[in-house]
Amino acid sequence: MENFQYILPEIFISVSIMLFLLVGVFKKNSANLIYNLSNISLVILLALIINLSSLDTIYLFNESYLIDNLSNYMKIILVGSGIFVMLTGSKYIQVINLNKIEYPILILSSILGMMIMISSNDLIVFYMGLELQSLALYVLASFNRDNLLSTESGLKYFVLSALSSGLLLYGCSLTYGFSESTNFDQILINSTEFNYGTTFGIVFILVGLAFKISAVPFHMWAPDVYQGSPTSVTLFFAILPKIAALSVFIKFLYTPFANMNDQWQTIIVFISIASMIFGAVAAIGQKNLKRLIAYSSISHMGYALAGLATVSNQGIQSSITYISIYLVMNLAFFSCLFMLKRNDKYYENIEDLSGLSKKHPILSFSLLIVLFSLAGIPPLAGFFAKFYVFLAVIEQSMYFLAIVGLLATVVAAFYYLRIIKIIYFDPEKEEYETSHNLGLKITLAISTIFILAYFIYPSGITEIVSKITMI
Amino acid sequence: MNFPILSSLILLPTIGALFILFTKSSSRKYQSSKYVALFISLANFLLSLYLWYVFDKNSVDFQFVENREWLSGFINYKVGIDGISILFVILTTFITPICIISVNATITNRLKDFLIAILIMETFMIGVFCSLDLVVFYLFFEAGLIPMFLIIGIWGGERRVYSAFKFFLYTLLGSVLMLVAIISIYWITGTTDVEKLYELGINAEYQNLLWLAFFSSFAVKTPMWPVHTWLPDAHVEAPTVGSVLLAAILLKMAGYGFIRFSLGLFPIASENFTMLVYILSLIAIIYTSLVALMQEDMKKLIAYSSVAHMGFVTLGIFTMTQQGIEGSIFQMISHGLVSAALFLSVGVVYERHHTRLINKYGGLVSIMPRYAIVFMVFTLGALGLPGTTGFIGEFLILMGAFEKNILVAMIASLGVILGAAYMLWLFKRVVFGEINNQELKSMKDLKTFEIITLSALVIPILFFGFYPEPLMNSIEASVENTLNMYNFDLINNLASKD
Repeated sequence: MENFQYILPEIFISVSIMLFLLVGVFKKNSANLIYNLSNISLVILLALIINLSSLDTIYLFNESYLIDNLSNYMKIILVGSGIFVMLTGSKYIQVINLNKIEYPILILSSILGMMIMISSNDLIVFYMGLELQSLALYVLASFNRDNLLSTESGLKYFVLSALSSGLLLYGCSLTYGFSESTNFDQILINSTEFNYGTTFGIVFILVGLAFKISAVPFHMWAPDVYQGSPTSVTLFFAILPKIAALSVFIKFLYTPFANMNDQWQTIIVFISIASMIFGAVAAIGQKNLKRLIAYSSISHMGYALAGLATVSNQGIQSSITYISIYLVMNLAFFSCLFMLKRNDKYYENIEDLSGLSKKHPILSFSLLIVLFSLAGIPPLAGFFAKFYVFLAVIEQSMYFLAIVGLLATVVAAFYYLRIIKIIYFDPEKEEYETSHNLGLKITLAISTIFILAYFIYPSGITEIVSKITMI
Repeated sequence: MNFPILSSLILLPTIGALFILFTKSSSRKYQSSKYVALFISLANFLLSLYLWYVFDKNSVDFQFVENREWLSGFINYKVGIDGISILFVILTTFITPICIISVNATITNRLKDFLIAILIMETFMIGVFCSLDLVVFYLFFEAGLIPMFLIIGIWGGERRVYSAFKFFLYTLLGSVLMLVAIISIYWITGTTDVEKLYELGINAEYQNLLWLAFFSSFAVKTPMWPVHTWLPDAHVEAPTVGSVLLAAILLKMAGYGFIRFSLGLFPIASENFTMLVYILSLIAIIYTSLVALMQEDMKKLIAYSSVAHMGFVTLGIFTMTQQGIEGSIFQMISHGLVSAALFLSVGVVYERHHTRLINKYGGLVSIMPRYAIVFMVFTLGALGLPGTTGFIGEFLILMGAFEKNILVAMIASLGVILGAAYMLWLFKRVVFGEINNQELKSMKDLKTFEIITLSALVIPILFFGFYPEPLMNSIEASVENTLNMYNFDLINNLASKD
């Protein structure tokens, strides 16, 4: 029984979800109340996780649940960004009439699912977490049910995601069949010899995970879902599932399949290169900002995976640093998107940014910083994210990956520059509303300052991340 | 640790920029912001002069070194200067106030933003010349793209968007390979500290590839033929002040990089690729001089002449002789002054007459006599007449070249003649001759602030043209040291082969 203290965060969030559901059902017009309560419960959750993070590695429930440095760090950035996602989106969902009790509850359930995914040390526990988060995400994607695009994106996400979950399950069962266990550590011990069964298992599992992280060639859902979903949900999609999927990636590659890196390394390198190039090239023609950021996130995931392909602790750490900086950049970008509001209508096309700098100098400056950072131009945070990854990649003498990746940044720089050009060089349009809620302003301020001032003390994240060792 | 004078030099403009950002700008044409910017940049100039004064010219070591932990464990923030870099620092701090004074004429909208961009740019430019760590160098080198992109794009001419994109993407493409090389150096030697790398040396087998990666970045920035095409576009579309910064300082980053990194870190590869650099430099000198002859746009002509002048610089550096390298450094300083002055001069007539086409002008000597005089000094400086700084640079470079390869030197000498041809022809068409265009008659002669800026440039061009000793003194020891290290490495390598 004493083990339960270690999963206090998970228990707390589950109880909160059920409680909020009850409150929502019995109390009328409680959407705002629940939204705020959910936010508070996320803050408490964050405190609980941080409280646990000083502990060493702990195995729970017959070694099927694992709490270690990796899971703690990932959960902290997961819940932390969850709080900011809720803060920034609060006004948005009121304006577009989505402020229903289910919305925060679905977000909380999805976060719970991701926490289980991150901590899982067993194929079955992992799959449970994955499905919990996916089911919540299907509903969230189509939450704006009167909107054709939103329902389309929900359906599309559901069909493709179900397919990938199927492949993933198939991979899991193959792995189980050939290694005689569902426990990650046990699989590692049992799979010392090469056999085709496990190789196929790896391939199927990687396909499923690549889908969740929207890496090429399993990225097709991303642009449509990003565009169709309500913007607050898009922000959620852009950050939280990526964090969870990346940590599961790390887990799978470096625990059960650690002995077979010669099998999966080429796959990861291929996925990584394809994502970097495709994300950069396909974004050039986009007109919708959400769609564009979908392609941009595809290419960013390519860089994060490049770190994983190195089979070194340095590489894993660089990927984790990358995703940490990536989530801040996305928060900043979407905060800017939430500010493009005029007469209760949100604007999301690139053309709507035309000449923004004349009337809204601070907003455009933030966008400028974010976009240059996404493009990876020094001295902004985005550069350091890429720098760490390439440091790890070149350490392993994977020059091809490094050079292709850096050339892709040049291509990607083009479309970021195009947005900057529209903001700064083009003639101005109508003014946008300038009154925004505090949460949005704070998020934008914090994230912009983080990106801008990262170079002053770049060791901060590195030092925390350097505790995470898998090999 | 003493007072961190270099970091102050680097940071002061940024602090000024922040100050301007947070001051309320009145509607009176942002006068206060301009004074703040001018004050800050002049203070920085004085600080750099003080630096030159206390600088020990006989020492070959890096001075005023600051070394702080930055990226924990592997990369330090390290800055320091030697005789080579100090001149570039002073050039930067000297050109910036001139730019800020000249802002009056050309920039009409969003002056405040423009001043901030220039000051931020100054920070990055000084940073490039001071940094003693490859990663820090790369950071400053690349960061300069952001303000320059905005300067061209927001305040530029008609085709500003095209030019700004071309400038940005060309330079970025060149630089990413340098980043790969820098990271590789880190893994090969375990450090990116330039001083340590000088001691350790880099294994000969890696040098060729690393050299090429650095070269790709510097060649674009120099710019060398055939990757020079962004320069004319960027110059023509940039506002006058942008062109000045670009020509006077940004181009020098690459020349400085060649001396500091290509020669210093990869001596064996530099020796291998000497012929490549000679050929590209000669093509740049001859070809772009011919192209410059045919230009109808004044700014474009000067832009092409910049390419030709930088051709001399790269040629001089890779002669690997004392004269050649000293000449190159001198030529870079001289070109920094002269090209800045020429772009400002074009800006003067452009502001009055709103065209840069040469055939719209003529006979300015009778309308604007003072202008004609200063413009003549700059023209002569550009074509390298004895008595101006241009002569000393070119003369030393050719001396170095004759020592190494007579054919190369002879072809390069042709470039001097061509240079005289296009500059004098430009001068003749603009300043002398009949006044064909009656609109020109309403043009006024130089205003006070133009006299200040242009004469501030005339003085060093003539002074150092007659008396180059102060500049030569500061670079001599460092160049000698660079060459000694270079030759030492080469001999060592030959010995290890035998």
